[in-house]
Amino acid sequence: MPNHQINPKKWIDLYSDYLFNYTISRVSDREIAQDLVQDTFLAGLKSMNNFKGEASERTWLISILKRKIIDYYRKINSKKGKAEVRMIYNDTENEGDWLEERVADPFDKNAEDKLQNSELGDAILNCLSKLPPKQAEVFKMKTIQGFETEVICNELDITPSNLWVIIHRARTAMAECLKQNWF
Amino acid sequence: MAKIRIVIPCDEANHVCDKTQYKNATLWEKIKLNIHLLYCRACREYTKNNTKLSKAIAKSKVECLDKCDKEKMKQKLEEAINEHRT
Repeated sequence: MPNHQINPKKWIDLYSDYLFNYTISRVSDREIAQDLVQDTFLAGLKSMNNFKGEASERTWLISILKRKIIDYYRKINSKKGKAEVRMIYNDTENEGDWLEERVADPFDKNAEDKLQNSELGDAILNCLSKLPPKQAEVFKMKTIQGFETEVICNELDITPSNLWVIIHRARTAMAECLKQNWF
Repeated sequence: MAKIRIVIPCDEANHVCDKTQYKNATLWEKIKLNIHLLYCRACREYTKNNTKLSKAIAKSKVECLDKCDKEKMKQKLEEAINEHRT
């Protein structure tokens, strides 16, 4: 009996934001990131039988996603031609497996800063996934995507005072959740 | 002339505080909030945490998917799941 179960139907709700956030910090293009995440889910579905349940579903999906991102870089660089690729590593000292490096967890110039920020992003998404779905949805639209109050009210069919009550609850819960590690 | 209310209850103060996080509060509301914060410790605490939360989110540059993009992804995955079964 595996320790972790796999259930593709829930993947989008559970992991899409997390995977997307992971991808976008590495490819910095929304559309490409979205495609890569979609590819990851499809690839995951195809190789579901290989899932042994040793790691969590999310970890397993991330490992697929990493390969997808590497493939993506490989593709755009083969289009560009080798000369350009080499420009990054024109001294022999630094020559290396640059593809893997780009996909690896960010660790360059402001490594400390960047790493902390991407961990903070993970923590925020983690806390967000613990909220009730409706609260999470409203909070996300208002805070992360920055929609205006009226837009959200129209979209979700709620009143502004309703929205602010939800926001208040969500913010209280989020602050509580993030308090332990980040405040 | 309507009487100008300077003292506001805590729930209203918190509401204004939430609005401030999204720059949705008016100047007068902000003044009232700050007067409230002078004497209310609980709301000071709330405001502090709330501001920290906003800063943390801004700093993390967290991004997430659009609702309709997500729906599209769901559909595609759903189709693939059905194909996978047959």
